Amino acid sequence: MGDQLRGKSAIVGVGHAGFGEAPGFSAYDIMAQSALAALDDAGLKLSDVDGLFCTMMEDAMPVLMAAEYLGIQPRYVDGTMTGGSSFVNYLTSATLALQAGLCDVALICYGSNQRTASGRLVTASKLPPYEGLYNPRYPISAYAMAAARHMYEYGTTREQLADVAVAARAWAQHNPEAFERGALTREDVLGARMVGDPLTTRDCCLVTDGGGAIVMVRADRARDFPKAPVYVLGAAAASSHRQISQMQDFTVTAARDSGKRAFAMAGVTPGDIDVVELYDAFTINTILFLEDLGFCAKGEGGGFVADGRIAPGGALPVNTNGGGLSCVHPGMYGIFTVIEAARQIRGDAPGLQQDNVELALAHGNGGVLSSQVTAILGAASTV
Amino acid sequence: MPENQGPDKTFRDGLAEGQINLQQCNDCKKFIFFPRVLCPHCKGRSLTWHPASGGGIVHTTTTVRRKPERGGDYNVCMVELAEGVRMMSRVDEISPAEVTIGLPVTAFVGEIDGVPAVLCKPVED
Ligand SMILES: [Zn+2]
Repeated sequence: MGDQLRGKSAIVGVGHAGFGEAPGFSAYDIMAQSALAALDDAGLKLSDVDGLFCTMMEDAMPVLMAAEYLGIQPRYVDGTMTGGSSFVNYLTSATLALQAGLCDVALICYGSNQRTASGRLVTASKLPPYEGLYNPRYPISAYAMAAARHMYEYGTTREQLADVAVAARAWAQHNPEAFERGALTREDVLGARMVGDPLTTRDCCLVTDGGGAIVMVRADRARDFPKAPVYVLGAAAASSHRQISQMQDFTVTAARDSGKRAFAMAGVTPGDIDVVELYDAFTINTILFLEDLGFCAKGEGGGFVADGRIAPGGALPVNTNGGGLSCVHPGMYGIFTVIEAARQIRGDAPGLQQDNVELALAHGNGGVLSSQVTAILGAASTV
Repeated sequence: MPENQGPDKTFRDGLAEGQINLQQCNDCKKFIFFPRVLCPHCKGRSLTWHPASGGGIVHTTTTVRRKPERGGDYNVCMVELAEGVRMMSRVDEISPAEVTIGLPVTAFVGEIDGVPAVLCKPVED
């Protein structure tokens, strides 16, 4: 997305539904409840929506299923599937479609019932042909091998990984919407059941139900809605591989590229960001993304996250809702990075609202560290 | 090796005969994996099959934890072959906990569930 699109679109509504457990509800039910919540937040109706941006874990054509379920006939749809990063990526395609006049009200939405439907992490993909035979546990084995390599090259420790989970839980404890709010210590994480060395169950995201939705319009009418608009100042995507065996450097993600372009477009630097929302499918993700997005140097992420630096009261607020590790993780978490970032900017975050948040970063990850999408969101004062 | 069939078939035919074959780009001379019809490095379209030397190093590794009654823990790793390509594999002959990054291994054709597969074993001293 080029500089000419900076601040040209805005989020005017966010919503969610089915957090935790939503027994008896289908993934599309939860998607629709989320969409309705976001439209209510924006003071709009489903009949106003003429652009739909959606993918789901179900079906080959989820965006069509979603439109059918909602009873709308959108002028523009995008169902691009890059895994959990898809929904951050839609900020770009929705901005383009809005700006080009291809639609006037863009709805980004997602839902999943994976906890009550199957009780385990559902992935939309079959195992790649040259990997499936070895029976890796997908996707954790891929992230475990990235963590192992980071530990080998940079001396990152399991204790530092654990501190990511501890920080996420500390945020979640203040968020009534979060699924896991019990106390969690470093020792709890280290002593939890090992699932794929070096990662224990507590290094892994939750498996929950849940859905989220975002309503976007062109910036020129963004002030006509009940809630303060949240502007898209920068957004950029990068992809490096699909199969983990094809990842060039297991310690460097394409977030280095997406982040650089998103920051350039927004005209800000990591030091300007007030809150950071990262897709923390596993504890190693937070460390990798903080490094690759420029919040610390490569290899220093372990030390950076240690001892409460990213926890409540620390120097850098990261995953202020509790993240995928402790708040919600219904298969794909990306949309919730945007929702939490927007709420922090609006000043109505459900948990620990930070003071004077003007700039927030939302970062989505898809596949096995494959797709990286970074967005910089800002209050009206930043446009 | 036959040129009138897809690269995946040629690779699997090799495994069925106990042979690990890799494609080398005739333009940039890099080896590639997985098998395909172009070189992802220089985009060259001319590739030639060669038998792999079998030399390799464990690039990164994990132990997949599994209950003993379901077969117990097992290794999943990334092996970097001497030709410079990386692939998923499994190190046999030692326990998963003994598989470490940097371990020199020999790649060979074994079987997983009756299907020929590239496996690795530690290099003998
Ligand atoms: Zn080449």
